[in-house]
Amino acid sequence: MTLNGWLQILVFIGIVVAVAKPVGIFMTHIFNGERTFMHFVLRPVERLIYRLTGVDEKREMRWTEYAAAMLLFSVVSLLLLYILQRVQGHLPLNPQHLPGVDSAGSATSGFVGSAFNTAASFTTNTNWQSYVPETTMSYLTQMAGLAYHNFASAATGIVLAIAFIRGIARRETDTIGNFWVDFVRCNLYVLLPICVLGALLLVSQGVIQNFRPYDTAKLLEPQTIQVDKKDANGNVLTNPDGTNQQEAQTVTDQTIAQGPVASQEFIKELGTNGGGFFNANSAHPFENPTPFTNLIEMLLIFTIGAGLTYTLGRMTGSQKHGWAVLAAMVVVFFAGVVTLYWYEGHGNPMLSKLGADQSVTALQPGGNMEGKEVRFGIANSSLFATVTTDASCGAVSSMHDSFTPLGGLVPLANIALGEIIFGGAGSGLYGILIFCVLSVFIAGLMVGRTPEYLGKKIESYDVKMAMLYVLIFPLVILVFAAISVMAPSFGTSQLNNAGPHGLSEILYAFVSGAGNNGSAFAGISANTYWFNTTIGITMLMGRFLMIVPMLAVAGNLARKKMVPPSLGTFPVTTPLFTVLLVSVILIVGALTFFPALSLGPIVEHLLMYAGKTF
Amino acid sequence: MKNLLTAVLMTIVTTILLGLIYPLMVTGIAQVVFPDKANGQLIKRSDGTIIGSRIIGQPFGGPGYFHSRPSAAGAAGYDAGASSGSNLGPTSQKLMDRIKGDVERLQAENPGQPVPVDLVTSSGSGLDPHISPAAAEFQVPRVARERKLSEAEVRRVISAHTEGRQFGFLGEPRVNVLELNLDLDSVKPPSIPAPAR
Repeated sequence: MTLNGWLQILVFIGIVVAVAKPVGIFMTHIFNGERTFMHFVLRPVERLIYRLTGVDEKREMRWTEYAAAMLLFSVVSLLLLYILQRVQGHLPLNPQHLPGVDSAGSATSGFVGSAFNTAASFTTNTNWQSYVPETTMSYLTQMAGLAYHNFASAATGIVLAIAFIRGIARRETDTIGNFWVDFVRCNLYVLLPICVLGALLLVSQGVIQNFRPYDTAKLLEPQTIQVDKKDANGNVLTNPDGTNQQEAQTVTDQTIAQGPVASQEFIKELGTNGGGFFNANSAHPFENPTPFTNLIEMLLIFTIGAGLTYTLGRMTGSQKHGWAVLAAMVVVFFAGVVTLYWYEGHGNPMLSKLGADQSVTALQPGGNMEGKEVRFGIANSSLFATVTTDASCGAVSSMHDSFTPLGGLVPLANIALGEIIFGGAGSGLYGILIFCVLSVFIAGLMVGRTPEYLGKKIESYDVKMAMLYVLIFPLVILVFAAISVMAPSFGTSQLNNAGPHGLSEILYAFVSGAGNNGSAFAGISANTYWFNTTIGITMLMGRFLMIVPMLAVAGNLARKKMVPPSLGTFPVTTPLFTVLLVSVILIVGALTFFPALSLGPIVEHLLMYAGKTF
Repeated sequence: MKNLLTAVLMTIVTTILLGLIYPLMVTGIAQVVFPDKANGQLIKRSDGTIIGSRIIGQPFGGPGYFHSRPSAAGAAGYDAGASSGSNLGPTSQKLMDRIKGDVERLQAENPGQPVPVDLVTSSGSGLDPHISPAAAEFQVPRVARERKLSEAEVRRVISAHTEGRQFGFLGEPRVNVLELNLDLDSVKPPSIPAPAR
């Protein structure tokens, strides 16, 4: 760990807190339908979209219609993405002539394979990737399918958060806004303009943006490697002792994958999507070439989550509550990044024993460098991993699977806490608001008064729905993970690592799916029927089954009268509230996942120091 | 029912705007304003052959070249059509075996020196174009010997390809291996053809 590393972390979080207010004010204007400097250009486009799609922008919706519109849109756009993947072989912008996803002959051919998983993944803002992008997706699918959903799913999350805020802010009404209007405004004013400028900024740093076929470079020094020897039919030949016969092969070329990356990269981070244009995601030099792009990408992941806390304060008329929520986020963020940086910085004791020098010197960052890029080193890799899992982003600039056990525990635990620390675009805010409801409920129990939240009485219906939200999450994770762990043929056989690390790989996959994160302990070979289907279902449940009770709370709160604060009201604007909120988040998370986490990363940590390998 | 029709139309209209117009517009501007960066900063010989990209690493095995980090991308490593990390965990026997072999090989060529960790660990992308200044320094004696250059001359070439922290504080100092080796070849080619790895 270095002073410069801490400086980078502090600068990062400083900028996040500084942008919360301007971003929050801007979003308040947009979702209140007020004019901004952009309306001059974009308002005609907005009206055109309403005309083309038959939307009446004056019409308000009850929570049930709002939910129905959101679900209908999600189903339709999911189907379109599914179809686009399957037929991409017949469509333009496919210079590599890649066939349709899951076409006959591929390992996951059929209706419920990789294409279903990917469609569910990108619609739910998860961006779990069981496919290898470079060899699977055409440029058209990446742009009009995957990057499109980076906008659509992020906008859906954001407008749901706005609907929840309206539920708190409004009184004695049964409507919480119009889904279509919110959705269009979010895309048009909040996401799109900054993406155009930002994508160009990324290109100026070296993120690529083209439609070239993949280039072939002549290696400066051709390499000779040993490969399995095959007969004329492509079968591997074996020696009498059963090992594969080897033969020398000279590699003279390097394939360089290309594509329209920057336009996807920017919305991928801003919308907390995280699906990489390339397999290596934000570790790939074409996605994240410099430390500056790395800083931009990390900032983008937190921007909307931070801004929404200010919007919350603004729209509910309690700015201090917005800051109290932001403070809770900052506290848990720091706990994560300090732990992760500490353990990655100290490295792996077994590597030191083998003679690798992990110490920090002026010439090297030291620490556990397996799966990390030199340009980012330990500090930036630790920071990125914390940020991407606090939020439901899932982009990675280093491979979480190769982290030290307790370093890897942090991303896993961050997602397991529900990704409400800044959180996914929108989903982070409505997630933490559910925890706010629970916190005032618990405080109410302690002082024996009916709990109130920003002037609304919290009653049994609200608490039941909030608990439903909290319980669905571990339910889907633990059931599928338990089945996978007990199934050698289709579960544990797909692991890249044995022992407790294998358990972590499976657990991470389902936690990441249900949490709509999308990052992975990527050693797991998840492109199988079992994992594609179960993780696909996990993602859909983790998104939509949690949204419905959340919107039910919003609709119910909107109907209520405002009660003026009294002496018995637990204030939600104080540091005490921040402490209570953090405690509730940690207690709920720990009670749910501690047993599983102790069998994975915690046991592995002890075994690593005992020098045990698998 | 009205909402279903709107859902279909909304998907189509916004796909055209966000999925086609937006990326095409960005590509158009990027190709005009930043053509080199937008196309991957390819390095070409005078006859037009592509040697590589400035920001994508390549594998090197010969003693006269600076070596890149181990790579899990493709069979020979550094396949920029198959980016990947090793995804081996901290208690993986396979990882320990790999690192043990690499450390022993490196210590044989430069006895008594500690082996910088980035030189025996694979990057997340498998395409890392950089090594740490420590990893470059570690290889100076071997490369100088093979190319019959003084160590000071080799260090001078290294420093020309060493980048500091961006804006003075972002990221880590690093050496671009492909550019360094290309430059060394133009200064003085290796005395013997690089043997196969």
